[in-house]
Amino acid sequence: MQNSEILTQIKNKFPDLFVEEQSNAVVIPKTALLGIVYFLKNEMGFTNCHCVTAVDRKDKMEVVYHLYSFSNHFMLTLKVMVTLDDLALESVTPLWRSADWLEREVFDLFGIKFLNHPDLRRIMNPDEWTDYPLRKDFKGRILFQDRRRKGLKDK
Amino acid sequence: MMTMVLKGLSALGFIAVSAMFLIWLERKVSAWIQNRLGPMMTGFQGTLQPIADTIKLLLKEDIVPKGVDFLSWWLAPFFVTVPVVMAFLVIPFSSKWIVLDLNVGVLYICSVTSLCVLGIFMAGWGSNNKYSLLGGMRSAAQIISYEVPLLLSVLLVVMQAGTLSMQGIIHAQAHGWFILKPQLALAFLIYFISATAEVNRVPFDIPEAESELVAGYHTEYSGMKFAMFFVAEYTNMFIISAIAATLFLGGWQGPWLPGVVWFLIKAYGLIFVLMWMRWTLPRVRMDQMMSFAWKVLTPIALLNLLVGGWFMLK
Amino acid sequence: MGELFTVNMGPQHPSTHGVLYLELVMDGEIVLSCKPHLGYLHRSIEKIAENRTYTQFIPFTDRLDYLASMNNNLGYCLAVEKLLNIAVPPRAQYLRVIMAELNRVISHLVAIGTFAQDLGAYATPLFYAFRDREKIVELFDEICGGRLTYNYIRIGGLSGDVPAGTEQVIKDFIKYERKQLVEYNELLTYNVIFLARSKKIGILTQETAINYSVTGPMLRASGVKWDIRKEEPYLVYDKFDFDIPTGTAGDAWDRFKLKLDEIEQSLRIIEQAIGAIPEGNPVSKVNRVFRGSGETYMRTENPKGELGFYLVADGGLMPYRCKIRSPSFSNLGALPELVKGLNISDAVCVLGSLDIVMGEIDR
Repeated sequence: MQNSEILTQIKNKFPDLFVEEQSNAVVIPKTALLGIVYFLKNEMGFTNCHCVTAVDRKDKMEVVYHLYSFSNHFMLTLKVMVTLDDLALESVTPLWRSADWLEREVFDLFGIKFLNHPDLRRIMNPDEWTDYPLRKDFKGRILFQDRRRKGLKDK
Repeated sequence: MMTMVLKGLSALGFIAVSAMFLIWLERKVSAWIQNRLGPMMTGFQGTLQPIADTIKLLLKEDIVPKGVDFLSWWLAPFFVTVPVVMAFLVIPFSSKWIVLDLNVGVLYICSVTSLCVLGIFMAGWGSNNKYSLLGGMRSAAQIISYEVPLLLSVLLVVMQAGTLSMQGIIHAQAHGWFILKPQLALAFLIYFISATAEVNRVPFDIPEAESELVAGYHTEYSGMKFAMFFVAEYTNMFIISAIAATLFLGGWQGPWLPGVVWFLIKAYGLIFVLMWMRWTLPRVRMDQMMSFAWKVLTPIALLNLLVGGWFMLK
Repeated sequence: MGELFTVNMGPQHPSTHGVLYLELVMDGEIVLSCKPHLGYLHRSIEKIAENRTYTQFIPFTDRLDYLASMNNNLGYCLAVEKLLNIAVPPRAQYLRVIMAELNRVISHLVAIGTFAQDLGAYATPLFYAFRDREKIVELFDEICGGRLTYNYIRIGGLSGDVPAGTEQVIKDFIKYERKQLVEYNELLTYNVIFLARSKKIGILTQETAINYSVTGPMLRASGVKWDIRKEEPYLVYDKFDFDIPTGTAGDAWDRFKLKLDEIEQSLRIIEQAIGAIPEGNPVSKVNRVFRGSGETYMRTENPKGELGFYLVADGGLMPYRCKIRSPSFSNLGALPELVKGLNISDAVCVLGSLDIVMGEIDR
């Protein structure tokens, strides 16, 4: 199985969508995410959501899904672009339970909101933390300790 | 009267020394089983380690956690330790070395040792800690259920000997230990298993299950109070082994050596078995243990009692 | 029904394997719900990766799954090599296989020991496991100078050749370990109490396992015959003859037994690899500093499951993004589902059978 094959399959199924292939990944529009992953899981046999992550491209965010099909022995890299002014997209947790924590991690480290996620909380960082450490504009030198100390003084 | 006091005092002294020795022994036995050396730095083969431990525990701060039920938290260590000391009243170390040969010795020792559960439960309840509470609850359920097969197996010995006095039972074994009789051998097994559960040793260490409940009912205790639980635990081990030696292994009887030596050899031999089990077996689960007590051990003990009694009548 | 209460198990608890914090809602002894809280060991290793050159990041991978550093090094180096199409000398490939498999053996040994500890077998199996582990750790110490964090496998090869006599040491170990496996079976696997405690506890079905993206021994214990070493062979794994052991029930006991079986298979691989090591220089000849571009996703079979590295490079000296898909993270995700309705003792047993390392969960 090839990326192009899946691309044509998706194009046949959703003819009016703009789907393209970029550096070994299939890029799909945000609005069609749920429809396409539903199609991929139920009809293309991608039963395993191996990994969900994101990349900060400075002008936009990429959410990257690694889906795996045990029957076809194929790993599909699926990308969804998210604009900075609307950092939210649908959660795939209802389809794959494994996406639960992975999406929480993306939310925690990038600040991308997943709509309809059952339990969207920070997973690594403390709940009162306001920054998103894996964004490129995050300054690593601001120590959490200092903030907490300031916060305590305010109270 | 005076000799009585002296005997009592020497029993107390024995408890302290024996607990220390047992703690050292446990460390060494576990080390041998696990390819380690155990304590080596304090004295020859670490023999002074218990003394160092005692000093450490004596000097430690007695931490009182927030929100404890003070009375039961404070009294619990005493409720655990006192019955253990009381039990020594009737343990026959040799034909002469017994504080008081009560004519209801077996009844007395069984009722006194089961008082411990009260202290353990108080500790679990009073500590204001959920792990302790779970430990205390487990312990209450466990000790009460294992009391039944334990008493049933002891009853058979009493029937065989025709007396409740500890010395009397030993004298009844002059012509052969009770363990050599088939129905009593089974009773011995039942007794030993139930007694292991009574003193919360592996595989029945459910009340203090380290990997689940941290340390169970004595999680919150420190310093001398913790030491009291510790001493009680090890002395309890000695007591159940001493009772087993008395009831089934002929007590202080034996050739060549003086009685007290025979008695200690038998008791410590059984303690070694307990330690051996502790460092080898995994722990059973709460419900498995309870169903084992009620569905397996108790019916067998009852049946054993009936069959044994029938044989005696014949 | 009694009053419900919450037990906070961890982050400091004897059996949460590090700093995992489980919030258990309990009805008496029964766990009604379990909510894991992570992050007590979060060091933001992925952010660190963006501020280090490709080579500088290798020592950080040691700190992910600190019981299997060699495998982490290997996973990362393979990802970078895939990204940049770097060739690896054949001797290095064989040595990498041997190191990875030895590390798998000792990682599984720790898993076995700690699982027995969780079941209440006080320390003895743990000490036995560590006694065997010590032999390999000392060997690694001799090879690369580290006992826990090795930093031995480098991009394009190894940091150095193995010292003379290593082969004999490994051969002796294989012989020794085969004998020890029998002992583990006698002490634990078929012990009545052990069976009663771990059989039919925490059953994970195939569908659930795949849905949760559970990998490694946990997936195989559920009956899925799946191993990256066979399915997408990397290095020279396709040249060796070995089996993929699978479980049938997917319970805690299967997960435990599978690790013992996998040790045996690893020993088989090492045995074959040792006989076939080619001559040559395994030391990496790649420059320490280089630029990369493109994207790649590389996954390898770690002792705990599939470790994936998703590398995005933008032509700079450092990776633009390095996502580490750690096996324990996904495996732990299945825990709340597994422990629901179990006794607290069984919950500990299930957690022990997952074989997690917090270093790679929190990263």
